Amino acid sequence: MEQTANNKTMKITVLRYRPEQDDKPWEQTFDVPYHHETSVLEALFYIKDHFEPSLSFRWSCRMAVCGSCGMMVNGVPHLACKTFLRDYEGKDMKIEPLDNFPIERDLVVDLSDLIEKIERIKPYIIPAPKDRNMPLNKSYIQTPQQMAAYLQFAQCINCGCCYAACPQYKLNPDYIGPAALTLLYRYNIDNRDGGKKLRAPFLNEENGVWGCTFVGYCSEVCPKKVDPASAIQLGKKMSATDFVLKLIKPEE
Amino acid sequence: MEKYQADVAIVGAGGTGLRAAIAVAQANPKLRVALISKVYPMRSHTVAAEGGAAGVVRDDDSYQKHFEDTVAGGDWLCEQDVVEYFVRHTTPELYQLEHWGCPWSRKPDGNVNVRRFGGMKVPRTWFAADKSGFHMLHTLFQTSVQFPSIHRFDEHFVLDLLEEDGVCRGVVCYDLQNGVFRQINAKCVFMATGGAGRAYAFNTDGGIVTGDGIALAYRHGVPIRDMEFVQYHPTGLLGCGLLMTEGCRGEGGVLYNKDHYRYLQDYGLGPETPVGQPKNKYMELGPRDRLSQAFWNESKKGRTFKYPLGEAVHLDLTHLGEKYLHERLPLICELAMTYSGVDPVKAPVPVRPVVHYTMGGIETNGRTETRMPGLYAGGECASVGIHGANRLGSNSLVETIVFGKMGGDAMAERAEKEKDFDSPELARQAEAAEKRALALFDVKGDESLSKVRDEMGDSMEAGVGIYREEEGMQKTIDTLKALKKRYVNIPLTDRGRIFNTEWMNLIELGYTLDVAQCMVHSAINRKESRGSHQRLDGPNGAYKERDDKNFLKHSLAIYNKETGLPDISLSEVKITTFQPAKRVYGAEADAAEAARKAKEAK
Repeated sequence: MEQTANNKTMKITVLRYRPEQDDKPWEQTFDVPYHHETSVLEALFYIKDHFEPSLSFRWSCRMAVCGSCGMMVNGVPHLACKTFLRDYEGKDMKIEPLDNFPIERDLVVDLSDLIEKIERIKPYIIPAPKDRNMPLNKSYIQTPQQMAAYLQFAQCINCGCCYAACPQYKLNPDYIGPAALTLLYRYNIDNRDGGKKLRAPFLNEENGVWGCTFVGYCSEVCPKKVDPASAIQLGKKMSATDFVLKLIKPEE
Repeated sequence: MEKYQADVAIVGAGGTGLRAAIAVAQANPKLRVALISKVYPMRSHTVAAEGGAAGVVRDDDSYQKHFEDTVAGGDWLCEQDVVEYFVRHTTPELYQLEHWGCPWSRKPDGNVNVRRFGGMKVPRTWFAADKSGFHMLHTLFQTSVQFPSIHRFDEHFVLDLLEEDGVCRGVVCYDLQNGVFRQINAKCVFMATGGAGRAYAFNTDGGIVTGDGIALAYRHGVPIRDMEFVQYHPTGLLGCGLLMTEGCRGEGGVLYNKDHYRYLQDYGLGPETPVGQPKNKYMELGPRDRLSQAFWNESKKGRTFKYPLGEAVHLDLTHLGEKYLHERLPLICELAMTYSGVDPVKAPVPVRPVVHYTMGGIETNGRTETRMPGLYAGGECASVGIHGANRLGSNSLVETIVFGKMGGDAMAERAEKEKDFDSPELARQAEAAEKRALALFDVKGDESLSKVRDEMGDSMEAGVGIYREEEGMQKTIDTLKALKKRYVNIPLTDRGRIFNTEWMNLIELGYTLDVAQCMVHSAINRKESRGSHQRLDGPNGAYKERDDKNFLKHSLAIYNKETGLPDISLSEVKITTFQPAKRVYGAEADAAEAARKAKEAK
């Protein structure tokens, strides 16, 4: 275990925007003391407790699982609770709200578009007709291998970092985007699901998987290593296969 | 003030709130469900639960065994009829989640696997690696979006309950994103707001776990039960307090003191079991209260490690190997690396006890009904009666779904019978709540929110920690009283209405102070030691022992409008079949079990 180092100080600039007072965003800079374990989130706590109680940001779990504290740190989307000042030693730090979402207030963005897209793609098991009345004393059979096929894609915490990183989403806000498409693919390949057909329109449309140009930055920034870029590429394969099958068996 | 008419209003959208909302929607799709949460549902603290959820599935297990483990684990302060219902309904609810897509870890044949957990006779903990709460919460949220009758009020902060003629009629809340107040009328209101771990300085909880629902019910005169029972989880990371799941020990992790000695054998949990061969209810698989108390005693004996971030013992998982750890405990590996700089594959993790769970809460009957008609409660904010004086690990995740479902069904039934209700009185109350919230902007004092918050947390740790004494508790009582006086002099610097977190944090702190008072006043009144409430004082140390004659009873904290403090009284505990006995673990438990069987055979 690392020793707590003597306190050092970092210059941290935070983007501020208070919709009722400010015409446009502005910057405010603070000297924040830190030690080896100080996260960006804890630096924000320090600012709020000691310098600027009016600074607003979302947070809760402190352990990178609730997905509240996605924000830009020196231009890169990060979870504030999983990013440490020690990794920026000798530099200044700039904290801004997540890119590509409207700013609501300070570091708080309006995530409603992301949430709506997650809801839209039918992110739940749609049982096949034979499974509709499954009794509550047994489970589906799902082998560890069958689970492994989708499990990584079920790790998304909905933090929005991938949307902030996605150049396609920036150009076209109608693009369903990395997290929601990953979730769609996750349910499509779950062997308990029979709802692929109902999700097909979202998968296949131009704002679906085909909206992705495989830049891959989403996977780079994902704090949970979900790898949405890979889910989307696999989704393209699925979409293409569907298309070919439709040509062969049009009644399907 | 904007107004919304609902049939059922659910406050909190974690495991319990979401499960209740789905139950109402399935019972009757015509019922309008208002699902109100101060965060987006998937941020709720259910998300952070790691280890798993208990449900009987194995051939060598039975409802009776789960019942006995739970009641004995709770040091006989459980409502036994409610526990009987609970143990029978866990497994169907866990299968229901499986059908909805929850990725419970599997056996090679594709059936659900279970792991060992503390205080349980038989492995019965369903787990999704060590992200059980995360997967349960996301499964429930994602499942909930298919029901059009569930109208979500995300990022809405509840300011008060609406009540007329003693009946709960709705809530008034504040829309953080848009800066407006909303009155939500409903035939039933369900509190599912989680615990109050933030009353303590060092806790595993998220920032949102501030006891809002408990305080709201309390202020309306609803009894708050068994609040002195606060669970210290034995294995939290130093500094941040983040949880190292009990699953670590369930999978075979062991605890050492600084002499590389497995000290738990000195505390009625032995004899020592071989490393790599965990045995149910022995050593590291003892219950949480006992393990936290053992740490405290080790510390007194000077046998803990001293780190810059505090005292610790070592949680050693290294013998489990990289492959197994990454499969079974991936989050633990990530958390220990990220927040402690320790790779559990290679080195033991320094840990110490940390406040984790609020066993008590809003008193309900076995149907999640409070004493106020129309008001229901479930999950950690409630005291439905299954945890008693000490909760067993993996009983709370499953509590969220069992009693979420039950509450949803009960409310659907009531909502079908009742008519919509609105009145000038409700509007008056809603406006009064708005005025009270806005009046906080007019405070001209020189107090500091963070100072009052931090002093509360420190005082709770000092006075109402793992071991308690009259003098320390009285000191905390006095401190909280003084902090409440200072609270009204906290000025707001942020004048905005949109996403004003300073304002919200201030109101939350008011809630937490009330809940903290319930905890310490209940604690000082309980002159015995039971479960997580351990005392060191009394005439000739009399309070060190359990006292069934006087205290085999629940504590009730009821708000006194005149004093502004809780009045504490006692209420009966429901005992059906399992008579109180000495609570034993390790070899002593096996001996007691053998003696019981021999007696029965005669």
